[in-house]
Amino acid sequence: MDDIPSDAPTHCPGTQSEAAGKASACQGCPNQNICATQPKGPDPAIEEIRERLLSVRHKIVVLSGKGGVGKSTFSAHLAYGLAAANEDCQVGLLDTDICGPSIPRIMGAEGEQVHQSGSGWSPVYVSDNLAIMSIGFLLSSLSDAVIWRGPRKNGIIKQFLKDVDWGDLDYLIIDTPPGTSDEHLSIVQYLSAAEIDGAIIITTPQEVSLQDVRKEVAFCRKVDLPIIGIVENMSGFICPHCTTESQIFPPTTGGAEKMCSDLSLPFLGKLPLDPRIGKACDEGKSFLEEAPDSPAAKVFQAIMAVIQKRTEEEKMKEDFVQR
Amino acid sequence: MAAPTDSTDNLSSVKHVILILSGKGGVGKSTLATQLTLGLLKAGKKVGILDVDLCGPSIPKMLNLENRDVHMYPTGWLPVYIDDEKRLGVMSIAFLLDNKDEAVVWRGPRKTAMIRQFITDVCWQDVEYLIIDTPPGTSDEHIAVVESLKSYNPDGAILVTTPQDISVGDVRREATFCQKTGIPILGIIENMSGFVCPNCKECSNVFSKGGGEALARELGIPFLGCVPLDQHLSMSLEEGKNFITEHSDSPAVMALTSVVDRLIQIDKNL
Repeated sequence: MDDIPSDAPTHCPGTQSEAAGKASACQGCPNQNICATQPKGPDPAIEEIRERLLSVRHKIVVLSGKGGVGKSTFSAHLAYGLAAANEDCQVGLLDTDICGPSIPRIMGAEGEQVHQSGSGWSPVYVSDNLAIMSIGFLLSSLSDAVIWRGPRKNGIIKQFLKDVDWGDLDYLIIDTPPGTSDEHLSIVQYLSAAEIDGAIIITTPQEVSLQDVRKEVAFCRKVDLPIIGIVENMSGFICPHCTTESQIFPPTTGGAEKMCSDLSLPFLGKLPLDPRIGKACDEGKSFLEEAPDSPAAKVFQAIMAVIQKRTEEEKMKEDFVQR
Repeated sequence: MAAPTDSTDNLSSVKHVILILSGKGGVGKSTLATQLTLGLLKAGKKVGILDVDLCGPSIPKMLNLENRDVHMYPTGWLPVYIDDEKRLGVMSIAFLLDNKDEAVVWRGPRKTAMIRQFITDVCWQDVEYLIIDTPPGTSDEHIAVVESLKSYNPDGAILVTTPQDISVGDVRREATFCQKTGIPILGIIENMSGFVCPNCKECSNVFSKGGGEALARELGIPFLGCVPLDQHLSMSLEEGKNFITEHSDSPAVMALTSVVDRLIQIDKNL
């Protein structure tokens, strides 16, 4: 545990230690009082979250350093796809974007309410085997802005993880806001005992986006979050009129594929731009059902199959080791 | 690094402060911030651009200023200039990082402190327009910027959206943020509206159309125009080139120029 701050006095016992604030080295340290009074040890919520999520087999986090690359679109369709492929597969989708929740709209569940019961918050079910939870369900109007600083956002994320009564789930997909800040740190920290399968990172082909994604990869490595793979979204646009392909967001540095080989990360595939995807999201429908034969839907199915295979293999290994 | 003792005057010499906001990520805040700055530069103004996106700074890349360093002056940090005449100064956290792939994994309070320093400790000198580019959302960074700017009487905020309902929904929340915090809204720009196929000239509405204008009407805010998708624009940003001067006949440039004219106009009316 490295809980000794870099600027601490010599012989600092560490902020989490029993002796914090009480050792002789603490005399005169400006943080002595904080160390002596704050609760020690890990947050008890971490253990509660672990227990709550014992009934969840796979936990997948969808990340991206950059905004607007399609995290929510991807998360939503991964949930749609997994739930549609097998009606016995129970899927949950948690939206942790507190300031810009888009999941309710994409899933066609805007205006739904969350109910509280003895066993926690009941998520909103969009079909028999697909449940979602988002702050969007807790706001009274669509124009309500959630102007919250970090600690309050962390509080609601903790509650989402601890108090939502998902029941038995095969997959819990966690959609995140852009960046590498409070929400991301909290998710990783709160789920540290519950074990995340890994992260899927979404990017667009341009270097401007890739440079943010490299930061996200650095984040994952810093916090020991395994990376399931990287998806390149909005990769090329096929004109519906003349079928010429245009690179609206040009992969000037080789795109995500090149980045993956440079950083030795698994590359999951390229999803092309398709006006019908945006339209399906606006209307709250599944693009996979609206246009099942489109190139984008086919690529998506292939990516989904790889994700299922990877996460299942890892779990089997774990189960084997535990036995 | 010691903060300069008397730093309150750094920003008071700046005539106009304009925020670029959007509830949604990836709608083109940084793109429009750089293009509006370049447009103001072309109109003969002295401009500055402050990138307060700490976790994903894109401005240095877009202006071809990667790997440049910020220098410390007795009065504060000296921005990085793109030209020798010092008509366009840039400040971003990217200039302070050793390695460009390094992740800034900071929680709110640390981001707030950094932004306060960016607002008060950069010597912009006699910049006429300071454009502030923000990350998506309505959280720590935004509260910090708005609070620190209060005493400097900013001109207001430009809201950026893409045409889809999903993005418009987030921007509606951002408008509520502006109203709650008392920041005037200068107007809404709809970005990525339509893509003209270079082969057949057919216009496809990749991200639908008209959402920005409808929202402006609904909220009673000026609509500043539509900027269409243009491959040359994304290409220029990748290569750090000046799109406005290199592709002056593109419809996107015309849309941007009209926004720049509006900005200059709005300020005359103040």
